[in-house]
Amino acid sequence: MNLEFGRVAIVVLFALLPIAGIALGFFVPTLRARGPLFVAFFAGIIPIFSLYIPKRFLSGETGMRPRLDQWLIIVAGFALLLGIVNVIQNGTRRIARREKGWPYSVVLLTGLFVTGGLGIWGAISGQGITTLPDGSGTPFKWLADNFFLPLQATIFALLAFFMASAAFRAFRARNTEATILLVAGILVMAGRVPLLEFLAAPFPPIQPAAAAASQGLGKLTEWIMQTPNGAAQSGIIIGAALGAASMAIRLILGIEKGYLGLGGGE
Amino acid sequence: MAPETSAPPAAALSAPTIFSAKDRPGDGGNATLLTWKDPALLPAGAVLQIRRAVPPAYEWADVATVKPGVERYEDTTAKDGVVYRYEIRATVPDTSAAAAAIAGPPVVSDPVASHENWFNRDRTNSFIATVLFILVLLISIAMAKSGKNIFIRRIAGLNAIDEAIGRATEIGKKVLYIPGIQSMDEIQTIASISILSYVARATARYGADLDVPNKDPLTFASAREVVRSAYLAEGRPDLYREEMVNYVTYDQFAYTAAVSARMIREKPAAIFLIGYFFAESLILAETGQSTGAIQIAGQADPTQLPFFVATCDYTLIGEELYAASAYLTREPILLGSMRAQDIAKGIVIVLGILGIILTSLGLTWYAALFKTQ
Repeated sequence: MNLEFGRVAIVVLFALLPIAGIALGFFVPTLRARGPLFVAFFAGIIPIFSLYIPKRFLSGETGMRPRLDQWLIIVAGFALLLGIVNVIQNGTRRIARREKGWPYSVVLLTGLFVTGGLGIWGAISGQGITTLPDGSGTPFKWLADNFFLPLQATIFALLAFFMASAAFRAFRARNTEATILLVAGILVMAGRVPLLEFLAAPFPPIQPAAAAASQGLGKLTEWIMQTPNGAAQSGIIIGAALGAASMAIRLILGIEKGYLGLGGGE
Repeated sequence: MAPETSAPPAAALSAPTIFSAKDRPGDGGNATLLTWKDPALLPAGAVLQIRRAVPPAYEWADVATVKPGVERYEDTTAKDGVVYRYEIRATVPDTSAAAAAIAGPPVVSDPVASHENWFNRDRTNSFIATVLFILVLLISIAMAKSGKNIFIRRIAGLNAIDEAIGRATEIGKKVLYIPGIQSMDEIQTIASISILSYVARATARYGADLDVPNKDPLTFASAREVVRSAYLAEGRPDLYREEMVNYVTYDQFAYTAAVSARMIREKPAAIFLIGYFFAESLILAETGQSTGAIQIAGQADPTQLPFFVATCDYTLIGEELYAASAYLTREPILLGSMRAQDIAKGIVIVLGILGIILTSLGLTWYAALFKTQ
């Protein structure tokens, strides 16, 4: 049995301690809230230490830090099962009670069972989930290619239309700030496409001037993106990074508990 | 007269100088660091050949060949605890003559063994900054605990939370809370779940209906626990229903489609889009906008912020997202941490201005102080 320090420490900190905490919590209710705080403390402190301490048990390929990431994937896998159970419970309840929109739940559950069933069957039978031994696609893959991917692409394609309607609303010159936004937006849009060359195409004598103006507009666009826009973005990023660091320290020290359902700072 | 291009005789190749081999500092072991000074006047095509041997035997094995000008090599094939001697010499390999005939004299290093280190010195600046920030944070929290009044500027988006929930209660429609699409390992999601705790308390107090659709299963589990606890804390467990916090799907656009459809069908009075969003941000916010709901968004990443600003009534920008729990609860300890955040921001601004001035004056050492790996 492999009893590396990092491996054993992770098991003790994130399996044995929480289990002991849960068990003790039955007898001492105040401990129930403390258990997750201990787990959060160690889960937060290990990645920070691994940044500065290059020891193998902590930061090596099989150290505590990468193992922590692996544990996250495993826990998320179990949580996904909880999610699927929740989808089935909610769907069947809506159908049973004939709640508004219940036929959608029929479609959802049919899709879940048919797609999931075909995928699981492919895995159990050994035929493969997406490709059969003869190289042809499985029914699971057919469903994914012919239903899922086109639907996914459709939703993504809607983004273009939403972008146009949001831009229309944002670029209305209601006040000084919105007017500056409108002017900057038009300049950036014009600078990113050969608009002036396109407009000057039917008039050969002004084409060189249009090309020069287009080049100037391109430079102005770059300046807008790099200087005012870049400065504002840097400001947001620095502020957000400090906010995130502050929040992370609050979480590690157990000051911030709102995410545990204990109310902010209780 | 044409320059001399043919390989010089062995005697013309001089030896590298100041050759040293040591454990690579600040690493996890299994690596040595070799440094040297190139010999002067190396001919075209000359390289530096590095070999190593394990004493007491002197069976040299090739390790690498390095081009002139690098003057540094990291041997990552070394094993911790094994003592090596390294040898370096200049050679001209691409000649028709025999290699041995054009190799320069070798230089041999002192014995060296690699080992694990306790501190990564390349990150000293980051370590100092982290320790200073923690100190400022702890001092600010201690000051806040002692009862010192701490001013926080008004954040419109957070003030509007109660107004939005109140409106939902008045018109009898639900409050839709979308905690982003990332998992609980993303700090923005954790911040969002803290805000959800406050929103759930408010909906429990007012008796408004709450709906929290989730994309990530871990976020789903946390959100459910938080909402249940909020209803219990407000003394309204009778209003809590399991389906309030529900799981939708793990796929980004399937989730977007499901939540958008829910917005259109159920027309919630208030929509919260707080957490980490990607391309779905605009689809969700624009759909919510079309339903006439009050929308409050929050994200720290600037890539999706313009979409929220364009489509939502209020947007928590950057650090405001992380300040929410302190702002909403007014807990002294949390307010103290916000003060620390502001002090750190002030320090960053001063250092930035200093950097602009010094770099403009051509002093590059200042920028180098902040380089980290």
